[in-house]
Amino acid sequence: MADFIFAHSYLILALPILSFIIIGLGLNQADKSVVIKLAITLSALSMGYALLTATAYLITVMGQPQLYPAQTLICFDFAWLNFSEKLTANMGIYLDPISVMMIVVITVISFLVNVYSVGYMKDDPSFNRFFALLALFSFSMLGLVISSNILQMFVFWELVGVSSYALIGFWYEKPSAVAASKKAFVVTRFADAFFLIGILIVSFYGRSFDFQVLNSPEPATLLSNSFLPGIFSVNILTLSTLLIFAGGWGKSAMFPLHIWLPDAMEGPTPVSSIIHSATMVVAGVYLTARMFPLFAASNTTLVVIQFIGAFTAIFAAVIAITQVDIKRILAFSTLSQLGYMIFSLGVAKVVTEGGHHHGADINPLGYSAAMYHVFTHAFFKCMLFLGAGAIIHAVHSNDIMKMGGLKKLMPKTYWSLLAACLAIAGVFPFSGFWSKDAILLAALQSGHNITFLVGLVTGGLTAFYMFRFFFLTFHGVARSEFHDVHEDPWMTTPIVLLTIPTISAGLLEHFFVSRVTTQVLTESGHFAHPGWLPFVATGVAFGGIGLAWILYGRGKTDRAVALQSMAGPLYPLVYNKFYIDEVYLFITHKIIFLCIASPIKWFDRSIVDGTMNLCGWLLQLGGKGVRLLQNGQLHFYLSMTIIGFITLLFVGQ
Amino acid sequence: MNGPLLLTLIWLIPFGIALASLMVRHDDHQRIKMLSLLGTMINLVLVITLTLQFLDVAAVNNTVTDTSLSTFHFVYKVAWFKIMNIEYNIGVDAISVLMMLLTAIVIFCGVLASWNVKEQVKEFFILLNVLVAGVYGVFISIDLFTFFLFYEIAVLPMYLLIGLWGTGKKEYAAMKLTLMLVAGSAFILAGILALYFESGLNTFDLQLLSQVHFSDSFQYWVFPIIFLGFGVLGAIFPFHTWSPDGHASAPTAVSMLHAGVLMKLGGYGCLRVAMYLLPEGAHMWMTFFLILVTINVLYGAFGAIRQTDLKYITAYSSVSHCGLVLFGFTAMTFTGLKGGVLQMISHGLMTALFFCLIGMIYGRTHTRTVSEMGGLMKVMPFLSVAFVVVGFAGLGLPGLSGFVAEANVFVGSFANPATINRVCTVLAVLSIVVTAVYVLRTVNALVNGPISLRFKELTDASLLEKVPVTILLFCLFGMGILPGWIIDLVNGAVHPIYNNLMR
Repeated sequence: MADFIFAHSYLILALPILSFIIIGLGLNQADKSVVIKLAITLSALSMGYALLTATAYLITVMGQPQLYPAQTLICFDFAWLNFSEKLTANMGIYLDPISVMMIVVITVISFLVNVYSVGYMKDDPSFNRFFALLALFSFSMLGLVISSNILQMFVFWELVGVSSYALIGFWYEKPSAVAASKKAFVVTRFADAFFLIGILIVSFYGRSFDFQVLNSPEPATLLSNSFLPGIFSVNILTLSTLLIFAGGWGKSAMFPLHIWLPDAMEGPTPVSSIIHSATMVVAGVYLTARMFPLFAASNTTLVVIQFIGAFTAIFAAVIAITQVDIKRILAFSTLSQLGYMIFSLGVAKVVTEGGHHHGADINPLGYSAAMYHVFTHAFFKCMLFLGAGAIIHAVHSNDIMKMGGLKKLMPKTYWSLLAACLAIAGVFPFSGFWSKDAILLAALQSGHNITFLVGLVTGGLTAFYMFRFFFLTFHGVARSEFHDVHEDPWMTTPIVLLTIPTISAGLLEHFFVSRVTTQVLTESGHFAHPGWLPFVATGVAFGGIGLAWILYGRGKTDRAVALQSMAGPLYPLVYNKFYIDEVYLFITHKIIFLCIASPIKWFDRSIVDGTMNLCGWLLQLGGKGVRLLQNGQLHFYLSMTIIGFITLLFVGQ
Repeated sequence: MNGPLLLTLIWLIPFGIALASLMVRHDDHQRIKMLSLLGTMINLVLVITLTLQFLDVAAVNNTVTDTSLSTFHFVYKVAWFKIMNIEYNIGVDAISVLMMLLTAIVIFCGVLASWNVKEQVKEFFILLNVLVAGVYGVFISIDLFTFFLFYEIAVLPMYLLIGLWGTGKKEYAAMKLTLMLVAGSAFILAGILALYFESGLNTFDLQLLSQVHFSDSFQYWVFPIIFLGFGVLGAIFPFHTWSPDGHASAPTAVSMLHAGVLMKLGGYGCLRVAMYLLPEGAHMWMTFFLILVTINVLYGAFGAIRQTDLKYITAYSSVSHCGLVLFGFTAMTFTGLKGGVLQMISHGLMTALFFCLIGMIYGRTHTRTVSEMGGLMKVMPFLSVAFVVVGFAGLGLPGLSGFVAEANVFVGSFANPATINRVCTVLAVLSIVVTAVYVLRTVNALVNGPISLRFKELTDASLLEKVPVTILLFCLFGMGILPGWIIDLVNGAVHPIYNNLMR
């Protein structure tokens, strides 16, 4: 039975792509009701099959480890792209705890977003196109997580990029949306180029693309014993893993490649919701987890991952404090939470002095906590965006300074978002508390004290900016006039449903912490579990919430404004996101366009082509010169003959 | 059908159509167009038959590929000029079959795309058919002399086609294109004659010549001559400048055929003649050419960023993508050679569709300046979506043909452990970012954004126009999603060349 279910697990992907093809090719002019039925049905079926597969996996593979000791199943595999006799890229379905977890998260969130979009997009003329692209997006992300090899992952990785391009730029007549979609694609593509180079390196040394091969100890040893030639005696292992991580760097929007994510909110809100929760941005975290055994073989790589993650976490949280656009606040909060996930993977190795052997110094909690946070974050962040969409839909503005007092008008949204805000702030017993606690604990256990502190402080900042958003939106008095504010049942139902995992995902703590990692990390030491940590973390969260209440909770912002002016030039610096976008603009327009592309254009037209034209001109000139000789005057010919004759006489001697 | 007969028919049919068109009354445009359409359609059927037959034969012979030095099938030879041992010697391997398939598809779509040619219709289609006959001839020739003859037949009609039916600075562009390509031909001819005399066999037979071991010093001098001669047609830096002007001025079908198929003759010749016959020369010169084509790849991509004319953008992107063909070859690895061949096919389909769409869009907007357009998605969704798809094929999106080819090129190039190869691979991979920039810049400026008033009334593609676009899109997706059978075929054909290179 279970094998039968696994054998048909391709259905999880086939259904969304079918939905894309039917709606995109056949039904793009069809009636909305038909499209709604089709899209919702296929997405529900895909979710159903994903849940079925997950159940079968839990019962047979994880429940009976004697049957499947590796806990990894490749249930569908065919040769797709043959490179040489020794190197072939397959297309397969790879089931292990983290990929099963991801397909459940993706299909559930995709289904809920589909339902929500029926309400959110109902007046849009391109309704059908939207559902087609949404299905493509789910398909791409599902393909990414079930990849059995790194090239297949790259294939779907790119498809995720292009579907996000199409969805962010969904309103293609709006210049800002078009610019944002291009920015998202180019920035992630920039990272993907390095990813591809990394793939080239590991597949060359590992002689395979398969994760199972690459994650085994041999390629790691081979890579760590190879060095770049010449003066850079760089370890190839560190180099290649960092290059692969660069792909995740872009997709998961780590500093300084984070610039595309806040702009990506130009797409319709359901798109932001799915990008920020289940698809796209967690791809980088997932990639790092998928390749973790190889990454973990290089200490430098893990340190870089840890540093980048921790820095992004606090950097984005600081920016989020000052933003007034509801979706931008959430976007920076996503960046910050992604930072947590990434540094959690980075701290999955204990600080040691000197010698250690493969696997012995691994702290599995860092790995499982990252996956756990992916799981909990997906639900509460999805809900936050859906809720933000409901608010925007109701009040027709993104600016939280123009909102206020929505509690009475949108009670269901209010209570649901309260749960989500408590979860992201890390308040007991909401889901975010458990996963964030696990991450902080992992950092502490592994001895990365600075990263731990950064995580703790970021937790306080998170609580502060989330409740700033919450109080400004729902509490106090309305700061502008709203007309016809209502809650659409298509939209509120998914939001309310998402409160279930947001409140209860803590129940899965034991499952994640002790079971998810078993197949990746075999050996582990014994780690202490300091009892004070949960209290300190909750205390910090309440501190942030309390500060938000003091500054914004009473429906007035006078204290906040006073604080702003005290901060002096610091405030605009943070508000303008440390001017990083401007730096990029300078690099692309002033350096790449003006200093490289334009000179090349000129060089090509003037120098290269000019040389060709010069050759042509010289030939013509030569032709004209020769023509002068053929002037038809007999005495000229005669004198030439005589001159020639005399010359010959002299030369002959 | 008998293989060699099929091959001969395939190049005779366009020739016959050209002759038959001579008989048609000058102003009977419809009949001339129908005649050409009929001819290209029959040819398409014949080439598909050929491919199927070849698949059968190749399946039988695949077991012995590693030992045999050649995989030419359907070989037929008859003496032509006995004095010089010139033979009508034909036969195909998988590369030529695939290139013929590409040609058949592109020209069929090209005839459909030139349905709105109004001036001197008769002459236009006659020249087009002659050109196609030449292209087919090149792909079936094993005898180097006939190879060269057909090559010239294919290159020369271009002068008239651009000079008479082109737009803009057409005379200048046509002259420049022809002169540069003919200069390349002069190199090729010199090289071929050198091979003929040096071999001591007095033969032009490619298969016989491939058995000859030319001395190192001979290979050292002749290899670059032939490689560069063909390289001009493959737009090798710095001899690529005919391409932007030529493509920008040429009429739609000619651009399609030229960029789609004719430029491939360059890569085909580099592989088939230069590298196959002069393997030691290839080894000696590879670093030099590797650097040259890496410049191609990056330079073409950067060159495309600041262009404003749609056709110039496409032409520079062709310079970059054709650079990848030769980049794959210069890797000197099995996967690299295969990648180069795949890139020829992929780029042929892609760029044909690019020029086809540009022709259709220009026919409506009467401008090719990117900044003047915008929002075309609103009024011509079909053409716009096709344009976006082909753009993505250009930037190597998986699921479309470009990725399959580029992945092979990059993997193959990285498989060569020399440091310079590694460095150049990294540079070439980084070009995909630059490609993304210019493709998205063009796409966004063209199909996205608010639509300007004067384009509000434009219409989408007609049914007749949708046919070629759909066919080419289908091929792009087909090769991108299920590349297996093409790769198997190319594997079989690349083996002997690779073995020769490594012997």
